[in-house]
Amino acid sequence: MSSHQQGKKQRSRADWILLFVGLVIGSAFGFWATPTILYAEKAQPLQFNHKLHLEQVSDSCKSCHTLREDGSFSGIPSVQSCKECHEAGSPMGDGANEAAFLEYVKKNQPIPWLVYSRQPDCVFFSHAAHTANAGFECAKCHGDHGQTTKLRPYEYNRLTGYSRDIWGKGPIGLSGPPHRMKMDDCAKCHSENGVNRACFVCHK
Amino acid sequence: MVIDLDKCTGCGACSVACMSENNIGVLHNETDKIRSITWMRVYQIDNGKAFPDTEVAFIPRPCMHCQGGKSGTPGQAFFQEGPMDEAAHPPCVSVCPATATDYDEDTGIVSQIPTRCIGCRYCVAACPYHARYFNWYDVPWPKGSPRALSPFVSPRMRGVVEKCTFCFQRYQAARNKAMVSGGEVGEMDYQTACTEACPSGAITFGQLQNPEHKVHKLISSDYTFRLLERLHTNPKVYYMSKREWVRKMADNYVTRHNKFAQAAAQSGH
Repeated sequence: MSSHQQGKKQRSRADWILLFVGLVIGSAFGFWATPTILYAEKAQPLQFNHKLHLEQVSDSCKSCHTLREDGSFSGIPSVQSCKECHEAGSPMGDGANEAAFLEYVKKNQPIPWLVYSRQPDCVFFSHAAHTANAGFECAKCHGDHGQTTKLRPYEYNRLTGYSRDIWGKGPIGLSGPPHRMKMDDCAKCHSENGVNRACFVCHK
Repeated sequence: MVIDLDKCTGCGACSVACMSENNIGVLHNETDKIRSITWMRVYQIDNGKAFPDTEVAFIPRPCMHCQGGKSGTPGQAFFQEGPMDEAAHPPCVSVCPATATDYDEDTGIVSQIPTRCIGCRYCVAACPYHARYFNWYDVPWPKGSPRALSPFVSPRMRGVVEKCTFCFQRYQAARNKAMVSGGEVGEMDYQTACTEACPSGAITFGQLQNPEHKVHKLISSDYTFRLLERLHTNPKVYYMSKREWVRKMADNYVTRHNKFAQAAAQSGH
């Protein structure tokens, strides 16, 4: 009898406000806490100013990130390419960062960059198909990375180890890197442009 | 792909090359052939006669990349026979509940996503050629050996199905090269690992529909046949042999009647 009465009880305005405030606090905590728990941050081994370098070179991104003759993509340039301009013992900039960089140059040692756009191992991606063939600008997928003055921290998923850039912005677009590179994104563009969507086109 | 069974010596170089190319591991117990993985497997058949009339033939068996009776025009994709509605699919593709495998209309290759596979093994059961393999175990890679794996093929995990891909990574590489240099993927730019490894040149690989490719000429020979042709799987792997008993063994002519007749003849010896 009492439960029947409770069911019929009119909710007061304070009840609704309490519910709303609870929802807001809960969601805010969820949207803030979930990415914080899920993603860990790592600093890049060195800082790099893309904007500054882009002003110095003649052939935009392609000056350093090249397609090789066999069609493969060189990715991040080797220290050997840096040495075309930088010499050990003659810093072009100031500070600890330049000194640390010249140590790599001196030892001819690869810099352990953390690649924001590194895809999982099962993914095949052809830069030749998207740039040389389809004529895309680098910025179409990589955003304004070439205009940045410093490297943001590398965020990776604690469970999978994949870079957060693959996932892109959070569900309501509040946090995370601006560009996403998920299978859905690849598939969407492929179907919109009538490109082959067979499994092996993107999977290996 | 065309495989000349009269040239095949059964050495198994194709199998080894395939395992090496495609990061197929060696399991703890490779004698367990039900659970071991061999994308390219060499079967042995004989003519059932006693010495000195015994003859042996070896049948290397990659994935057949069946087209089934799927409709399509010869220009778009490989298509040899008229559409057969009662069998209008590659057997393994239509049974996949996870859409982890599909038929690529452009290349005619049955492609797959091992990471999407849920391991139900319907496709293993559906494949009449036993070309699909289930990963019963994680590969016990010896310490340090993963560094020697090919970066162009992702190793599969326990619990998923895998099969021959016609070395699709080689096609991707050839395509990339063609796109950068502005040319086209030529016949010799894309050859599978087994084709290159075969010491007697029994395997020929190319586009079946391209009149300039060797395979196109070979399949018009009277001596070519396909395995289990009566199932209408429409496979893309052709075999050739000048020996009649080999061609008969490939099932096209095996009826219940002469199967029993053969058995009776054998028991007479």
